[in-house]
Amino acid sequence: MLILKKNDIPSSEITPKQDYLNRRAFMAGAAAAGLAAVAGTRGLRGMLHPAGVEAAEKLNTIKSPLSTTGEPLTPLEDITHYNNFYEFGVNKDDPAKNAGSLHTRPWAVKVEGLVNKPRTFDIDDLLKLRPMEERVYRFRCVEAWSMVIPWAGYSLSELIKQCDPQSSAKFVQFISLADQKQEPLPWSAGIQWPYSEGLRMDEAMHPLTLLTFGLYGEVLPNQDGAPVRVIVPWKYGFKSAKSIVKIRFVKNQPNTTWNDMASNEYGFYSNVNPNHDHPRWSQKRERRIGFPIWKQMQPTLMFNGYGDQVASLYQGMDLNKYY
Amino acid sequence: MKQRWIVALKVLAHAACFGPVAWLLWRLYLSLTSDPQALGPDPTHTVTFFTGRGTLRLLMVTLAVTPVRRLIPRLSWLVRFRRMLGLYAFFYACLHLMTYVWLYAGFSWSAMVDDISQRRFITAGLTAWLLLLPLALTSTAWSIRKLGGKNWNRLHWLTYFAALAGVIHYWWGVKKGVLTPTAITVVFVVLMLARPVLARRSAPGKGSPARIAVG
Repeated sequence: MLILKKNDIPSSEITPKQDYLNRRAFMAGAAAAGLAAVAGTRGLRGMLHPAGVEAAEKLNTIKSPLSTTGEPLTPLEDITHYNNFYEFGVNKDDPAKNAGSLHTRPWAVKVEGLVNKPRTFDIDDLLKLRPMEERVYRFRCVEAWSMVIPWAGYSLSELIKQCDPQSSAKFVQFISLADQKQEPLPWSAGIQWPYSEGLRMDEAMHPLTLLTFGLYGEVLPNQDGAPVRVIVPWKYGFKSAKSIVKIRFVKNQPNTTWNDMASNEYGFYSNVNPNHDHPRWSQKRERRIGFPIWKQMQPTLMFNGYGDQVASLYQGMDLNKYY
Repeated sequence: MKQRWIVALKVLAHAACFGPVAWLLWRLYLSLTSDPQALGPDPTHTVTFFTGRGTLRLLMVTLAVTPVRRLIPRLSWLVRFRRMLGLYAFFYACLHLMTYVWLYAGFSWSAMVDDISQRRFITAGLTAWLLLLPLALTSTAWSIRKLGGKNWNRLHWLTYFAALAGVIHYWWGVKKGVLTPTAITVVFVVLMLARPVLARRSAPGKGSPARIAVG
């Protein structure tokens, strides 16, 4: 495993993103100066990122009252080099290495199913549909690691309202890209592609559910699910589908990939719940990424700390049964 | 094999076995001082897998000594390295256990009891460590004398079960779709099959010195 040195920047600093921009300026100079300059610090990483996209476009975002405050942001380096994106390989560093083959233009998201206004949106239309907000959310993987990420996007409900779902539509399904020409799609992952996820209608309409286009004020790096994904912060990370190509409104609970893989381990709801352990490991604690080793372990919060906003959706539901 | 060469090789073997731990300690030091990322984005995970893989690899090397000696009788002197290798495997296993007790369980008894009783991969892992413990405790020449060669050998068959428990622990711990334990599993299976196969080749008393570890 290659562990490169990181410049010593405490995460409490004003804009860690600034460091990222400085690195890119460094890269421009380094290209002229030659490989020797690049081979130093993080120059090599800078070349690999952003993978495939022409240049990381800035997104103008406004601050949102729905952002989570009081927690240090996870460094961009970690958000872009510690990923589960099995289409590009099952190791944490595979997506950063392999996602360069993903082409985010042209990109279309087809909205279909039980809607009165089915439509295919071009990604550039989606980017302009509503004002872009910066939403800082906790992100909790089912593997018991977590991050705090400043996403950029708008509530999925804005898109849903535009599509005018029929009353018979009880669930929303997300289908991710599965294209052998752009993605290795390793058979060893044991996954039936394309990746499929879903939400109940009220979960999809919840203001916290974010149709996401960027992070740290710039478009999503390929390995983080470019060019558009959904973020559902109170659920385990695998519910937050990446690189979405289809949004379907359906009557019945859709099949979801990890539930199909191991239904006793990964449920449909998958709300973050320290009281319901994964069959093979405990969910009471999590490892915060980017922290020093003795500070990593933290207690896991019910609904990932978003209980105030979402607990009411599950009133009366036995969350040990509907995990 | 000349004694001088054995000593030199032992020094190298110590370096090879302890080297990775020294490297890990150095990265830990860096992460505490100049470079918070020196152990990667998920240092707990890094250290856990580093020590766990080290344990399994050293166990396999230890288990490889006898098959290699039977295959190449000229390398019989390798038996004098077996104790050192086995103890290093136990050392790595202890480090691995410590990462669990300290980092994952936070020294909490209730957390550990909960995990051991409910998380089967932890049960398997603890079993492996418990099987190695008596082997480490009886690794001295004194123990061999006290137990007698035959009993000592039989006790040390626990190595096979410890390695098996370790491999199972690895498979049960990784997420579905992850096939990383395959390589070490193949090595283990080959080593286990090699023993009976090679035993039939070298008849007893033919050029193979005492199987008991000395030195």
